[in-house]
Amino acid sequence: MNYIDGFRNPEVAAQFVRMIAEQGRALAGQGRRVRIMEVCGSHTMAIGRYGIRQLLPENVELISGPGCPVCVTDPGYIDTAIALAGKGAILATFGDMIRVPGSDSDLTACRSGGGDVRVCYSPSAAVELARAHPEREVVFLAIGFETTIAPVVSIVEEALRAGVRNVSLLTAFKLVPPALHALLADKEIKIDAFLCPAHVSAIIGSRAYEPFAAAYRVPCVIAGFEPLDILYGVHGILGQALKNEARVENQYARVVRPEGNPKAQARIARYLEPVDASWRGIGVIPSSGLGLRTEFAAYDAERKFGLPVRPGRQHAGCRCGDVIKGKLRPTACALFAKVCNPDQPVGPCMVSAEGTCAAYFKYTLPEEKRGGGK
Amino acid sequence: MNADTVIQLAHGGGGRLTRELIESEIVPRFGNGPLRGLPDGATLPSPGERLVFTTDSFVVQPLEFPGGNIGDLAVHGTVNDLAVCGGEPKWLSLALIIEEGLPFSVLGRILDAVRAAADACGVTVATGDTKVVARGQGDGLYVNTAGIGLALPEFDLGMERIREGDCVLVSGTLADHGMAVMSARQNMDFTDGPRSDTGTVHRLVLAVRGFGAAVRFMRDPTRGGAAAVLNEMVEGRELGILLKERELPLAPATRAVAEMLGIDPLHAASEGRLILICDREVAPEILARWRAMSEGAGAVCLGTVTRDRGRVVMETVTGGRRLVDVPRGELLPRIC
Repeated sequence: MNYIDGFRNPEVAAQFVRMIAEQGRALAGQGRRVRIMEVCGSHTMAIGRYGIRQLLPENVELISGPGCPVCVTDPGYIDTAIALAGKGAILATFGDMIRVPGSDSDLTACRSGGGDVRVCYSPSAAVELARAHPEREVVFLAIGFETTIAPVVSIVEEALRAGVRNVSLLTAFKLVPPALHALLADKEIKIDAFLCPAHVSAIIGSRAYEPFAAAYRVPCVIAGFEPLDILYGVHGILGQALKNEARVENQYARVVRPEGNPKAQARIARYLEPVDASWRGIGVIPSSGLGLRTEFAAYDAERKFGLPVRPGRQHAGCRCGDVIKGKLRPTACALFAKVCNPDQPVGPCMVSAEGTCAAYFKYTLPEEKRGGGK
Repeated sequence: MNADTVIQLAHGGGGRLTRELIESEIVPRFGNGPLRGLPDGATLPSPGERLVFTTDSFVVQPLEFPGGNIGDLAVHGTVNDLAVCGGEPKWLSLALIIEEGLPFSVLGRILDAVRAAADACGVTVATGDTKVVARGQGDGLYVNTAGIGLALPEFDLGMERIREGDCVLVSGTLADHGMAVMSARQNMDFTDGPRSDTGTVHRLVLAVRGFGAAVRFMRDPTRGGAAAVLNEMVEGRELGILLKERELPLAPATRAVAEMLGIDPLHAASEGRLILICDREVAPEILARWRAMSEGAGAVCLGTVTRDRGRVVMETVTGGRRLVDVPRGELLPRIC
């Protein structure tokens, strides 16, 4: 824990806050505001948990991006999962998925109604479950970004090695770079810089951001998830903004290498291929997802059970899509904290611990919550 | 498997095996007090004072976890509920609902823990019940305990007595039980992993009885953790609570597991801690007394009562402030 405490040092934090305030004044002198999108849900959570938004100058804004894998999962995916449970499959899932609303129901209600839904902490639990219940089918809800993908496809690797046939993946893997492209190409969204994800970058490498920095002239700073990492990241972004630079800066060099993690990349490429993916609230982004290659179709739940995921329906008033794109602050959504709260989430951003709306609901003081849209 | 090693349905049938179960497991441990002769009810001396009465059921999984088991937990939980109401614990009931197939060896260890915990707390198991349910109808063992204590006349406790400027004290590290159980449940194999803090707080309560009305309110932060208890104290009121993240007492192993699973330790349960709100004048003296006792060695002042209407706010290590919300639903680990 000493390692963590070093990145939470209050004195150093105070120093960063002073330097950022100076940078903010210098930018204000030029009549500039800087809108920084933190792409990753873990950044959103840490920013809330450490009250970082209030430490920044008025003209430096942190907006939350599409980087919570639970939040961007299409309701149709949940519908298919529920249908699989109805056919008697054991659904194995990471925790946050069980409260994500599908078109009409969610996995918690499915479990209460007799569906066999198990929360696991590690993908390896899926193969263990399949071994323990050879007469039943185990379906792992395989969602996540680059960070999660490699460990999850190891389920297929392990099942092949051990000759286990009653396990499969319901895939909705998503890739970060295509989403960033889509956001930057959307003229309605104004993003001045990216605070790039920590662990996704460990897989894809810092070089993956170079095209954005060059093509769209946006500073891209990779930062870790500790409070000092985030403050340092913001400081780096503002430094570039003041000099009118747009570079990739890797401040998480203790973990992230320029080339990323070749071993994880190789495993992903071996089992998966790019597919068009539907992002809840955003729509279909070409080649922004990964699905199992045809040779592994026996481990692909959609093909194995003939239950393809179709687009689902979401609550008409839910504006999670605009929140995910950084167009709308959660507090400006008409449903926020009224009909939509973590006990009764309407949209996925309120479900996941990493969801933007949940982070606002959980950690934001009421005076900040009153802040309007953008 | 045979009758010698595991509980059978017939052990609950009321016949010979039931009698053997009671005589081999219950009577040797608890049969010397009011349970002698196994009457249908306990006859207790009337203390002629106000009484405190409570009950609690225990369904923890796994039954045995680092730092304790469902047996001592069931004693501590009820003793602590009596204590935080300003009661001196005296008598307990002990009801067991056993699932067919539970090994006698496990039952024996759990009942030993009940006995040891009751002895350590100075309470008597005065009455009890044993039922056996069929395999699949219970998680090995459920335990219910009810408790009776004498109301200590010095205390005048109530949430409505909390005032601005009061101190929020806690008797030791937070979230140890919640993180120990969660890591045991997931078979996370740690050397020096988190250990449950299951234990009693009644001596901590007795130690502060002399402060009378300066002690405003007490609660043990079990399910829902410190966040739930503190929010309950200020909900719908003019008062709020300000915590300092730097002061949060967390054992290194507990903190490590909470970090790994992405769980807020303020949301996780303790089973041997006391949160006490008192006049700030007496806070240093209470802390000094507690710190001199083994169960209060890690006591600290967590924060203060403010005029921040109904809100629990934490000043974070970076100097920012954030809301400390109540936990919602089950505690779920984050995906990444």
